[in-house]
Parts: sequence; C-alpha cells; structure tokens
Amino acid sequence: MMNENFPLIFERSQEGRMGYSLPELDVPEVEIELEEPYVRKNDADLPEVSELQIMRHYTALSTRNHGVDSGFYPLGSCTMKYNPKINEDVARMTGLSHIHPLQDPDSVQGALELMYDLQTSLEAITGMNTVTLQPAAGAHGEWTGLMMIRAFHETNGDYHRTKVIVPDSAHGTNPASATVAGFEAVTVKSNEQGLVDLDDLRRVVDENTAALMLTNPNTLGLFEEHILEMAEIVHGAGGKLYYDGANLNAILGYARPGDMGFDVVHLNLHKTFTGPHGGGGPGSGPVGVTSELAPYLPKPLLKKQHDRFVFEHDRPQSIGRVKPYFGNFGINVRAYTYIRTMGPEGLRQVSEYAVLNANYMMRELQKDFDLPFTQHCKHEFVLSGKRQKKLGVRTLDIAKRLLDFGYHPPTIYFPINVEEAMMVEPTETEAKETLDEFIAVMRQISKEVKENPEVVQEAPHTTIVSRLDETTAARKPVLTYKKE
Amino acid sequence: MAFRYLPMTAEDKESMLEAIGVKSTDELFQDIPEAIRYKGDLQIKPALSEPVLVREMSRLANKNINTQEHTSFLGAGVYDHYIPSIVNHVISRSEFYTAYTPYQPEISQGELQAIFEFQTMITELTGMEVSNSSMYDGGTALAEAVTLSAGQTKKKKVIVSKAIHPHSREVIQTYAKGPNLEVIEIDTKDGITDIEALEQELDENTASVVLSYPNFYGQVEPLAKVQKLLENYKAMFIVSSNPLSLGYLTPPGEFGADIVVGDTQVFGIPGQFGGPHCGYFATTSKLMRKVPGRLVGQTKDEEGRRGFVLTLQAREQHIRRDKATSNICSNQALNALATSVALSALGKQGLKDMAYQNMQKARYAYTQFKEAGIEVKYEGAFFNEIVVVFQKSIKTINQKLQEKGYIGGFDLESIDPSLSGCMLIAITEMRTKEEIDGFVRELRDIHDE
Repeated sequence: MMNENFPLIFERSQEGRMGYSLPELDVPEVEIELEEPYVRKNDADLPEVSELQIMRHYTALSTRNHGVDSGFYPLGSCTMKYNPKINEDVARMTGLSHIHPLQDPDSVQGALELMYDLQTSLEAITGMNTVTLQPAAGAHGEWTGLMMIRAFHETNGDYHRTKVIVPDSAHGTNPASATVAGFEAVTVKSNEQGLVDLDDLRRVVDENTAALMLTNPNTLGLFEEHILEMAEIVHGAGGKLYYDGANLNAILGYARPGDMGFDVVHLNLHKTFTGPHGGGGPGSGPVGVTSELAPYLPKPLLKKQHDRFVFEHDRPQSIGRVKPYFGNFGINVRAYTYIRTMGPEGLRQVSEYAVLNANYMMRELQKDFDLPFTQHCKHEFVLSGKRQKKLGVRTLDIAKRLLDFGYHPPTIYFPINVEEAMMVEPTETEAKETLDEFIAVMRQISKEVKENPEVVQEAPHTTIVSRLDETTAARKPVLTYKKE
Repeated sequence: MAFRYLPMTAEDKESMLEAIGVKSTDELFQDIPEAIRYKGDLQIKPALSEPVLVREMSRLANKNINTQEHTSFLGAGVYDHYIPSIVNHVISRSEFYTAYTPYQPEISQGELQAIFEFQTMITELTGMEVSNSSMYDGGTALAEAVTLSAGQTKKKKVIVSKAIHPHSREVIQTYAKGPNLEVIEIDTKDGITDIEALEQELDENTASVVLSYPNFYGQVEPLAKVQKLLENYKAMFIVSSNPLSLGYLTPPGEFGADIVVGDTQVFGIPGQFGGPHCGYFATTSKLMRKVPGRLVGQTKDEEGRRGFVLTLQAREQHIRRDKATSNICSNQALNALATSVALSALGKQGLKDMAYQNMQKARYAYTQFKEAGIEVKYEGAFFNEIVVVFQKSIKTINQKLQEKGYIGGFDLESIDPSLSGCMLIAITEMRTKEEIDGFVRELRDIHDE
C-alpha cells in the first residue's frame, strides 16, 4: 500500500548524498588542539539529500501552504495585505542585505539614512516625537514601551505604579507584555457598544495605575470615540497611555495616536507597512514616544548630526538595549520601500479603502450572520456565529468549511468578549470581485448550516489533510522526528 | 493619483458606498472626534514610481560598503558564510513568505512541516531534546532563557559570563529589570570565563549560570568544568552557542545544559545589518511546557495521515494572557526555513566540513599573524575567531584596511577599555588563503609603520 504520509526531509535522506559545494581547503591542515571531551563524537543527524531533492521537497511543501498570493486571507487583526514584490527586490540589494551591523557607521551611511528617514516618516504618521526601530516585533515593542513607562514612573519615585490596564477585548500580548515588564494586568470592561466602559475605567484607574494599553480602533474594529476622555482619566491619575499599533491600517492620514493623547506607540511594520508575515515572522515593531519619554528609549538611538547619521550610545536614562544591533533592518527596508511607494496621499487611501472594504463586507454579511456591534466599523469587524451555533454548527466548522472554497478563514474565537467570534479584515488591496465572491460563499455556508449542516460540521473536504487531532498532539507531544 | 496596490475603481466605490448606505467614505470616519481628525497631508516624502524608487533605493544601497565587494574579517556574532543558492529560491516562494502563522493546519502543512524539520535539526545540533520554532534572535533568546530559569527555580540571581556577546549581555540586563533579577557578571581570564570567580558566586540562590560556547572572543569555554561545579546546585545551566561550531564541538546537551540558545544566522541568512536573524531555543523534555514561543507537534488527521499542528499553546499569550510563559507572539519562521534549507544542503557531512574549514582557516590565520610578529592575545582552544593586538587604535587601522578593500575586525576597546588595540577577527570558510595572506600583510605593514 502506498504510504500516504508526505515524507519529511529526513525520510528522503540516503547516506553519501550531498547538496552543498564548499571550496577546497586551501590552507595547510594542522592538528586541532582541542581537548578530547570537546571534540564531537556523535554527528548531528542532518539529512543527506541532493540539491534537486531539496528543491522538490520545499516546493512541494510550499504547495501545501496558503499565502496572500494564493488567495484571499481575511484574517482579522493580522492585516494580511498584499506584500509588494519590489520590497523583496530592494531588501535583497547587495548594499542592503550584505552589510554588517558592526561596520564603521561611516561605511554604512546609506543604511543609516534609510533608517533615519523611516524613523521620521513613522514619527509623522503617528504624531510621536521620537521613534526607535530596535524592537523585533509587535509584542517586543509592547514590552519595550512598558519598560519605558516603568522607568519613567521609577524616575519620579512612583514605584507603587504597578498596574497596567487592558480592555477585555485586547490582544493576548498586551497582558503578557505587562507581566514580562513586571506589571500586574488589570482588565477594564467593554460596554454594549463594544467600546471601553468609561465608568469601569474610572473605577479601575487609581494612583497605582502605570498605564492603559489600547488599540484604536480596538480589536472589534471600532474607533474608541471617547479616547480624549479616556486620556484625561488616565493622565489625570498620573498614568500613561500606550497605543498598540496593530490596527493602524484603519487611520493612516485620518488620525494620529500622538494627537489622541498617547504617550507610547508601537507599530507592526509587518501589518500596516507590508512586511511579509513570513509564516509567522520575522516582523518589526518600532516604538514611538512623546518628548517626555524620549530619554528612556532603548540605546543606541540613531541621530542626524549635520549631514552624518550617528548612533548615540550615551543615554543615561535609557532602559538599555532590547535587541542586538539595530532591529530587523531587512523588514524596515521593506516598510520604507512601501512608504516611499505610497506617499502621503497613497497612505490615506490605504485606510480609506481598508475601511470601505470592511464596511461593505460587514453590511453584506450582516444579512446572514449576527453582528454584535452595528455602528460603522473601521478596517475590520467581528461577526458572531451564535445563530449558527444554535443549529449545531460552530464557528470553527464555518472556518473549516471556508477552506474548501480556497479561503483562509477569518480570525475565530477572538476577541474573547464576543461569543463564537469571527473577525474579518479584508484589507485595502482586495478587489470588489474578491469581496463579493467571499460574501457569496459565506451566504452559501449560512444556507448549508440550515439545510445540510453535516457538510459544514465535517469540513474541510478538499484539503490535503482533514481535521487534525490537536488533543493528542498536546497530550503526547512529538516535537521532533525520530528515526525508526 | 492611482496606486497599483489599490484596486477599487470609482464605480466600485460608488456601489459599495450605496450598499453601506453612506454618501462618502468620510462618513465612515465620523466616529473620529473632530478635535483629533488629521487635516492635510502627512509630512512624509511624496510617492515615487517604481523605476524612480528603484533608483533611489539603489542610491542608498550603493552608499554602503558591503561584505561581498569588500573582504570581510568582521564577525563578533554576525558572520559571512556560504549561503547555498537554493535558500533564496525557497524562501522567495510566496506561499511561504506571504503566509501568516499556521493557525489553520489543514492549509498550512507546508509551513508546519518545515518548522517541525527545523525543530528536529536544532535538537540534532545542540544535543537537546526539544526545540521551539525559533525566536527573534540569539540575544533575546538568551534573555528569555534567563527569565525562564528564574521562574522555574523561583530564584532571582543569575550568573552571566562577561565573555558573552556584549549586546546579549545588555539585552539580559534590560529583560532582568522586569522580574527584578540580580545579574552577576563574571570577569574573564585569558579570554575565557574565570571559573574560580564563577564558583565563588554560585550559591543556593542562583537561578542559572550563563555561558557562551564558543564565547565572544572565539574561545571554547570549559563546559565540563562548569557542569561539574553545578552538580551540587539546583541552578540551571544555560549555554549560548554558535550552531555552526557544533559541527565540530561536542554539543552543550552532552555537558548537561538545561537550555541552549543561539542564532542560526550562520546557516543561510545574510547579515542584513543585524536583522532579521533567527534565534533558536532548545531545552530538555522536562522544560517543554515552559518554552517561550511556538512549538509544532506531530499528530494525525481523521484518516490517520500524519500531519502537524501548533501545540502546547496553553503556554502562550493568546491563550494564557498575563499568565503566559512569555509575551512572544511572532517567531522568525521564514528565517528558520532559510536555515532548514541551508542545513539540508549541507547535510551531515557538509556541516562537519564547514565547521572544520572554519577551524583550519582560523588556525592558519593565527599562525600567519604570529609569523608576521603580531601578537595573538589568547592561547586557548578556539573556533573561528581570534584576537590580535596592536599598539594603534583599531578604528584608525580599520579605516586604512577599508581603503585597501577589507572590512577589518571588531574593535574590542568599544566594549572594554582595557582591550584597547585589540581586534577580534573572524575567519570563515569564505576567506581564501590568498585573502588571509593579503589581510595579514596589510596588518603587518600597519603594525610595523
């Protein structure tokens, strides 16, 4: 019988095969002076495969994967927009990819100019005083920002400010980052409109508040209209306002976190600014702050002195370094290329169409699915599969059914304050036809739920594997390949 | 002005507005209070057409001295190594690079399997039982290892060798402030960690001992001695390791390491000015449920076919929120893929050959420097980096080298004033005998001036 398992690269291995080409050793060989215990005796059991075998293996794996270029990817909160190809070309230019971070800064002025111009562009886009490109990703930026807030409070002798307030709809990274930064996460409730409940905010804010972390628009895709009152409440109690930039794609050129009263902002360049998600990373998470918090920025900080770009290391109040070298430069290059492609008018149109697309889909899908919050949304919206659940079909089933139609499903069961949540973010780069096709499929699934629920419950039917046993995977973890 | 990434036509827009029941897109933004609505244009540079953009980006790229046109002897954590051509071809497949985290396993088996293979390769290299799907980089992976050790042992003191990469040491200091850890740094002696000083600091309150193998100066730390010291303590043993060196050196797992971390930049990832690279995090089965970041596990589908899923997610922020083992969300999946491809190309024999070539070439350089009358500072066992000593400032020397087409080594004075005149030089398999000879000659001339 044919083995249906798709082989691992290790299972393609045959002793004696090779896929590399190293130069001949052109120096006289000497005896290595290493003491016996330090000389490896058991070889690392890496695969032995030819170059074509490797290429076929990974090409086959790539066809077992869905990316933005494969099809619509309305994964809420992730901003799965088109990843421009020119960005990839630019990031691979020799002068940008083959440079060493510890070279003399005078020998990499082009790289520094690029970084500096990206910093100032991000400052202009967010309305913040100073931006650092050092953090590697969104969550890393969150923690960086919170460490700065902590340093600020401690400078003022406010060691008692140990609480970081996060909405119940917040990304999981928010409370997790608060903990890692040594704070205690406190939850503030949302009201019936899906916005932060101002009364509850007043209740939880006190003299121990270090900061409020907020995405705006929030994870329900709704703009926190009372942001100025919220800023007043938090600032009034001596706390700081932290902006999670995950949803910045909704407001480019329409509003700036700095003008809303935020003190710290992180951005996800792999979301709003088209850094590809890469199957989970690498990302980039620059952080911008007000002038008040600028002294605490990670070091070194890139500065412009006359016509030269230099790293400032002497920053006594800095929280220190958060990452080796200067951040994920390769991703920053892609983001910069994108910003230079779009310019001010283009970026504003990005948000205009991101919001138009989301509202259009929301109004169409509202006809078949529950919509817990009915006001205009921003770049994404959250549906509830409550109605379908009553008919025995869960949101998970709907998501799996979408796979049969070649779609990546929306984010499901998040935010956690919406029952059977489906979070849809179409992005601005999708054509109306794509949106219409998806809407039609969702309508069909809604019909199937009523008429033929099994087809949804048992989905997917067309994928290379069916539903996988996640319980056993977690109970008896097999995390590596072992030769039989 | 039209933008090629924005497909909506005026007609599309009109019919969509009508379906929504509004007259203009501005109405959709009315929830932004007037006082904070941004007026006018963002103060950024105007849009560029694609050809003009390429010209502008080329201008910036061409201003940089690069490691392909100059002969580089700079290492210090980022190395110029052989990158098989297929690496870029694989990671340029957009099914990989335009995908997100594989939350829907049925349509993400490619990515999940690639990560599973990466995890396996890392455990093979390090001699550990478990590896995660990757971390941001070696420095933050090390800092996460340190905070994990404190959480696991419920102790606050960590002992960190000063022979660890200076940036990683700084990152550890920053991370340590979160849980208020006490970081004790141990001096070096003859280029390796002062083991006696380490022993003196070691006590019942120690959460972990942290070493780099090989260390920042290229020297091979005596892990066996440290393992022995730790026998009588509960402290965890954390080792940061250049994974290429493990093609020749005994892996840290065989010296009782609890956590092994490092950066796989050496396998298939260009220096790209310091990032993105790719951290790895390997540990024991015992600590499997404490690992930060994502893990891929093998399982079966309903028909009994092998498949892969993200697993043990109860550790992670999107489930555990403030109780998560770490706040990390993304990993470096695409770079982990690059590493997997590079390691598949090298395979069992290529890894050994490459590591061996690094050691031989570094030894050749070592001998040539000595014959040229240039002092080599440390005499202990080393991998592919050596420290050479001059009576002049390294900054000046490097400027002269650059004019001759070289990128000189790392100026150690920048991290330790007592090492003024000391240059850390990396010699990889990419450097030919001729290049090494030329480099030594230039330095001899500068030295003898």
